[in-house]
Amino acid sequence: MATTTPDIQRNRRAKSASRPGDRIFSGLSRGSGITLLVIMAAIAGFLTYRAILAISKDSTSFFTTFEWNPAGNPPVFGIAVLAFGTIVSSVIAMLIAVPVAIGIALFISHYAPRKLAKPLAYVVDLLAAVPSIIYGLWGAIFLVPYLDGLNQWLDEYMGWTYIFDKSGEGVARNLFTVGILLAIMILPIITNVTREVFLQAPKMHEEAALALGATRWEVIRMSVLPFGRSGIISASMLGLGRALGETMAVAVVLSPSFLISGHLLDPGGGTFAQNIAAKFNEANEFGRDALIASGLVLFVITLLVNGAARWIIGRRKEYSGAAA
Amino acid sequence: MSHAIQERPVSVAPRRGPLSHARLPRWTPAAVAAFSIAAGIGIGLAAGWHSKVQWGMLAALLFVLTTYAVTTKVEGARQAKDRVATSLVWVCFVLAVVPLLSLAWVTISKGMAVLDVYFLTHSMNGVLDTEAGGGVYHALLGTIEQVGIATLIAAPIGLLTAVYLVEYGGGKLAQAVTFFVDVMTGIPSIVAGLFILATWNLMLGFGPSGFAGAMALAILMMPVVVRSTEEMLKLVPNELREASLALGIPKWRTILKVVLPTAIGGITTGVMLAVARITGETAPVLLLVFGTKLINPNPFEGAQSSLPLYVYEQYAVGTDASVARAWAAALVLIAFVMILNLVARGIARWKAPKTGR
Repeated sequence: MATTTPDIQRNRRAKSASRPGDRIFSGLSRGSGITLLVIMAAIAGFLTYRAILAISKDSTSFFTTFEWNPAGNPPVFGIAVLAFGTIVSSVIAMLIAVPVAIGIALFISHYAPRKLAKPLAYVVDLLAAVPSIIYGLWGAIFLVPYLDGLNQWLDEYMGWTYIFDKSGEGVARNLFTVGILLAIMILPIITNVTREVFLQAPKMHEEAALALGATRWEVIRMSVLPFGRSGIISASMLGLGRALGETMAVAVVLSPSFLISGHLLDPGGGTFAQNIAAKFNEANEFGRDALIASGLVLFVITLLVNGAARWIIGRRKEYSGAAA
Repeated sequence: MSHAIQERPVSVAPRRGPLSHARLPRWTPAAVAAFSIAAGIGIGLAAGWHSKVQWGMLAALLFVLTTYAVTTKVEGARQAKDRVATSLVWVCFVLAVVPLLSLAWVTISKGMAVLDVYFLTHSMNGVLDTEAGGGVYHALLGTIEQVGIATLIAAPIGLLTAVYLVEYGGGKLAQAVTFFVDVMTGIPSIVAGLFILATWNLMLGFGPSGFAGAMALAILMMPVVVRSTEEMLKLVPNELREASLALGIPKWRTILKVVLPTAIGGITTGVMLAVARITGETAPVLLLVFGTKLINPNPFEGAQSSLPLYVYEQYAVGTDASVARAWAAALVLIAFVMILNLVARGIARWKAPKTGR
């Protein structure tokens, strides 16, 4: 169907373009498409404009400064801490979420009893719709106390790894907890996309492997996972895009500070989105420009990550990525 | 590998006993799971770990290791690998289900404590942070107005864009639109908020209002509507279009009267799912709508509130009464979103397009 449609349409367009109703309608729909492009361009353009206004007055280097004080004289602000926190929390989230999501996707596509698989896929769909503020509320009030014990244990037995060394008392409002919460939040989207790819793995390959006496795991390793590799990568990157830009959950859970610390269990740090939400109310107009500058960096990063994910999906024509 | 199999003489005869390997009985995984959970709880209690998270992780670890040990002993290495994979997949499933069940349970149990008709029909006007009472009416009103305006902006543009992509597209422009719609899906909500802040508020000098928030929400909603509508329009069989065109009906009427009605169920579903998604967005509302305790029915003038923003504010206040209100509002919000989702999926099932295949 996909190959025949454009031909038919091209012929049809040549004849029908003359009617006024057709001209208006096609103009309207084309205009909407162009509107979308204009919005994207405007987002990039206006954010860059305001960001340049801010960065040109920054008295230090925007990318390497460990401080956020645009109201000071001279104004001092930089994104080093935010970039670090954003990347670290997202990496933790990915390390946890990707393997678990692949597991759940396999569970739904290949392991679960048929009766369980369908409602389960449905539930995962619903979970993707839970608002992030609710994850944040749950994380701050429920998850943080539960992770305290785990943090102490990690500090005691894994403290020698440096990253799990906890220097003070402090509750678990740290980058590690944020990473775990982000992992829970991006699980549904990664699961959905990978599940869809796994279901498309050619049945013939699986049956051939089974006929040769392969165990179920061998079938999955030999025929399902190789087929789904690009799907897994792009799903992970979509999840990464979500994790990078997540605002409210991080803002609610993290107790921020402008320090870079390799000790993941110490409270502190910050992310781009969290910093914007936290600093917005106290910011004057110049301070808002400074926040817009940091938002621009976030925009560019997510644009690159999502663009790469879509490009990987696009290389495989069999999979449309529509569910994302 | 097949080479090795061919060279080796096939010899069934010397083997004594049954053809197949020894197999573990069917109840083994369940037994191992029960044992691991018991051991996890036991060791957790004995070592005095406070965090139940550790108990669970220990139980999961024990489950996988015991499965491996038992299977290697009885069934051999290949089967052991298979069993370990199976048990890992089950562990992943449980790992994901536990926090999600807990999320649902906590929200419902804590939310029900405060939620009543009074809560739904009163604002926070004159209610101190520390005292119980007050309600969510102003936030509910704000959310409905903002989401409504956002839908009025985003749905037509999204729908027409999808029509363009499916019915008129094919050129460079359509390719560009497709790519940027995909990329737009991934814009962080706070960036959309900053964009409206930079243009509407900082450049044009407007104050915070529900309308500003609605514009940011519309930006987040558009790509979702485009994607889902596009998928639905692609499902409409070409024969329908051709039949209509063959009767001499102009293309625009064909689209309006034949193509769109055929796909309307799926399109409605897509729009409702998009509405559900933006209902929960907090970040742009925080930047643009600003929040208030009063009922402000006018979305074009002055600060409003909204459900997610209300949850955030009440949590940030931090008193017992306000956190209880935050949970109740969270329950209202989640119920709102879930009902939208369920209705949308119901419509999708009820009005699924007949693809003729």
